[in-house]
Amino acid sequence: MTVLCLTELEPDGGTVTDASLRALAFSRSLAGPAGEDVAAAVLDAPDAALAGEARAALAAAGVRTAHVADLGEAAGYAPLAWARALAELATTALATTGPASAVVAAGTDHGQEVLAHLGAITGLPMAANCLTAARGDGGQWQLTRQRWAGSLTEEAVLDGDPALLTVATDAVAPAPAETPAELAVAPFRPSLADGDLTVRATVSAERGGGVSLATARVVVGGGRGVGGPDGFGPLEELAGLLGGALGVSRVVTSQGWRPHRQQVGQTGTRITPELYLACGISGAIQHMAGCLSARTIVVVNTDPDAPILAHAQYAVIGDLGQVIPALVEAVRARQNPVR
Amino acid sequence: MDVLACVKRVPMVGGRITLTEDGQEVDTRMSGFTVSPHEECAVEEAVQITEREGGTVTVLTLGPPEAEAQLRDMLALGAGRAILLETGPEEWGPQSTAAAIAAAARATGPYDLLLFGNEAADTGGYQVPVRVAHELGLPCVTGIKTLEVTGDGVVAAREYRGRQERFGLPRPAVISVKEGINLPRYPSLPGRLRAKRATVERLVPDARPDGLRKTMLTVPARENRRAEILGTGPEAVPALVALLDELGVLP
Repeated sequence: MTVLCLTELEPDGGTVTDASLRALAFSRSLAGPAGEDVAAAVLDAPDAALAGEARAALAAAGVRTAHVADLGEAAGYAPLAWARALAELATTALATTGPASAVVAAGTDHGQEVLAHLGAITGLPMAANCLTAARGDGGQWQLTRQRWAGSLTEEAVLDGDPALLTVATDAVAPAPAETPAELAVAPFRPSLADGDLTVRATVSAERGGGVSLATARVVVGGGRGVGGPDGFGPLEELAGLLGGALGVSRVVTSQGWRPHRQQVGQTGTRITPELYLACGISGAIQHMAGCLSARTIVVVNTDPDAPILAHAQYAVIGDLGQVIPALVEAVRARQNPVR
Repeated sequence: MDVLACVKRVPMVGGRITLTEDGQEVDTRMSGFTVSPHEECAVEEAVQITEREGGTVTVLTLGPPEAEAQLRDMLALGAGRAILLETGPEEWGPQSTAAAIAAAARATGPYDLLLFGNEAADTGGYQVPVRVAHELGLPCVTGIKTLEVTGDGVVAAREYRGRQERFGLPRPAVISVKEGINLPRYPSLPGRLRAKRATVERLVPDARPDGLRKTMLTVPARENRRAEILGTGPEAVPALVALLDELGVLP
């Protein structure tokens, strides 16, 4: 038996995505105790060839077999076609190692979508955003998975042979295997039906300009306490000075004060900065789900009892309208000391 | 253009989430219920589409009798018809929910477009729209942030890893959307009055077993922090600058 993991590459074709490395680490945790192998399904390799760098990364991640799809004219992201390819691999193409006991994908837009299609094609149940999974009695799996974007944990039982699982982004570190595997590359050409390619992505060039909120090293956050659409200037200025990005709470976007793409939270962007400076934000569940991966949270808030203080390392009690301009001035003064 | 928009009644959570003593559900005694945010945007999108193209918006939910309140909220936003697939208090899993919605769509349609939220705020299952699409034999795409109706189809787009992915789909189609695709309107007073008087159609869905079953909910243990207070007001700025310096984030 094998644990089969959907593995995505960055557009350069050489780098395995961080989310997929995490999914591979999760796959190892399922395969190891059962003495099974980890196989990777790579469906987006340019020209159906695996670059040396990607081979090395997969071997380091403990992958024994990389099934590399040759989709020919159909290359590119097509969720139903990708699910069809996984279904084929999970049952037939793994004949050398036996069918898959589990099919795993990262809890990304692609991972959730492809595994949902796989569940629908096969009639199997699927569990999203798993934290742990272990084989239980009678072919069932015991899981823990995220609800409320991680604010609650669900313990659940999953039927299904194979088990269909996506991995919560922060469930496991993208660490390499203790001992790297000897990797075999197995090209395959999935059998697709016409309708499998009806829905296919056309992908734009990477968006330039500005620091991406999802990957920013510093995020300066503004919430209801900013008071209105005109109050964000000092926060933006500070974010600019620190080479960071502005992030806002849901109330700010639902009031139309700032565009939704700046929202941090369960229904917005999940951030992972070194520093999250949260100003005038109370700390609703919905917001905290998006920022708990920040290394350090510093709060500026007039209310010393705001819920966000229970998640923060440091706080300044005060009005952001006074504190932030003074901070901007102090950072500027440090940058350009008066001689 | 006849659009079906599916919504879910979920607990309204604020600064804290607490569970009932048996660990089976979120304690809602001190809060209330609302429509899952992505799904409210699905209803708004449906209303905007029919305002441009003509046609009707039907809003549907599967849930307990009390979910009628959420259907009326959506009628107030501009939906014209509401259908409740009435269940008991127990939670339905993604497979049984999708089968029930697909059966109801067949019985009450046809629809040109079926809109969903990308994932429910509470259970976060990420699969009901896709399963409904397969049951009905329709094309489907999820996580959509812009949607445009064309001659005989739709063009849907989303962001993925800093790039835009665009999809063309023929109609009818199943689309799940994310918050940010639009800014849902506040219900107007006439809208609220109309919603109050409107009839909510009730159907009893067929239950079927689900392969994913909850046994228990827990609140994850987090590091119990108490923020260290650096100071009060602008006087705290020197301490704040020193901290930023220590964290290595100053220019």
